[in-house]
Amino acid sequence: MSELLRQQFELGYTYTRSTGPVVGRFLTELRRRRIVGSRGDDGRVYVPPMEFDPVTASALTEFVEVGDHGEVVSWCWISEPRESHPFDQPFAWALVRLDGADVPMVHAVCAEQGQMHTGMRVQARWVEEPRGYITDIECFEPETEGAAS
Amino acid sequence: MSDKATETEDLITAIETPVYLKYNFTAGAATTRFLHQVRKGKLTGQRRPECDCGHVYVPARGSCAACGLATTEEVELGDKATVQSFTIVWIPIPNNPIQPPYIVANLVPDGANISFIHLMSECDNDSVHIGQRVEAVWKPEEEWDYAMDNIRYFRPLDEPDVPIEMIGKVPLSGWEGEA
Repeated sequence: MSELLRQQFELGYTYTRSTGPVVGRFLTELRRRRIVGSRGDDGRVYVPPMEFDPVTASALTEFVEVGDHGEVVSWCWISEPRESHPFDQPFAWALVRLDGADVPMVHAVCAEQGQMHTGMRVQARWVEEPRGYITDIECFEPETEGAAS
Repeated sequence: MSDKATETEDLITAIETPVYLKYNFTAGAATTRFLHQVRKGKLTGQRRPECDCGHVYVPARGSCAACGLATTEEVELGDKATVQSFTIVWIPIPNNPIQPPYIVANLVPDGANISFIHLMSECDNDSVHIGQRVEAVWKPEEEWDYAMDNIRYFRPLDEPDVPIEMIGKVPLSGWEGEA
C-alpha cells in the first residue's frame, strides 16, 4: 500500500458585493474617516446604519453622524489569533457603542488584556488610506487621556 | 446631516469581498491507488472482487455504492470514453486559463460504469452530444503528476454513437456499433 496522498489547496470566491444605498453611504463616510448611523422610528441611532427599522420595518433614510470614540459593551479576548484574524498579536473582539449611537457594533480592540473591561472608553484608530471598508477603522484602542470624543 | 459628503465624491455601491478557503486534502486509500496509476498514465477503475453488482467505479472512493463493500480490485480502463452528459461553459472563471466557451462533460471510460468530469476539446461545441465517443489526450509523460489533468482533455472519435441505454455499459474492448 502506497503512502496516502495529501495536498493543500485553496478555493477562492472572488465576490463583489453590492452595498445598496445605506451600507454604501456608511462605507463612503468611512472613506472620509466619518462614521454614520441611521435614525430609527423611535429615535434610536443604529450603527452601522440599517436599511429598515427593526421594529416597524419602515425604510430608514435619516443618516446621523456619530463619534469615533465609544464604550466597550461586551468583549471576547482572542489569545491565539488565527491566520484570518486582522492581527498577529492577541486582541479583543468587542461590541463598541459609539458616542451618539444607541446600539453597539462589532469591531476589534487592540489593547493589553489587563486593560480590557466592560465600560472601557475606546477610540477608533484609522488606517492611513481609507478605501471605504469597515477595515478603514484598523481597530479601536484605549481612549487617550483627556481626549475629546 | 447634510449630504455634502456624497455630493463631492462617488457613493460606494459595491465592494470586493473575496472568500478564500484553505484545505488540506487527504486523498484516502482508494483515490491514492487511483492517482498512483494516473501518475503512470493509466486510468483504472475499482470494484469489489467477484462482485455480483458488477459496478466498476472511477475514480473509486473505496466502496461499492450498491453493496457497501470495499472496492479492492483494480480494473484497467481504456483511454476511450462515452459522453454521458455535458455543459457548455460561457462564464469565465477567475484564474482559470481556459477561455469560454468550452465543454465540461461527464464521461464514462470504457470498462467502467460511472462517469467522471473532464474537459472536451478539438470539437465543434455545437455538435457535442450525449453518446458521443471520445478519447483522452494526455500531456507529455514528463509532465505527469498525481492529477487528473495529466489528461489535457478528451477529443471526439470517429465512431458510432453509443445508444443512451448502453452508456455506462461499454466494455474495455470498446464500441464499434450496435452489438
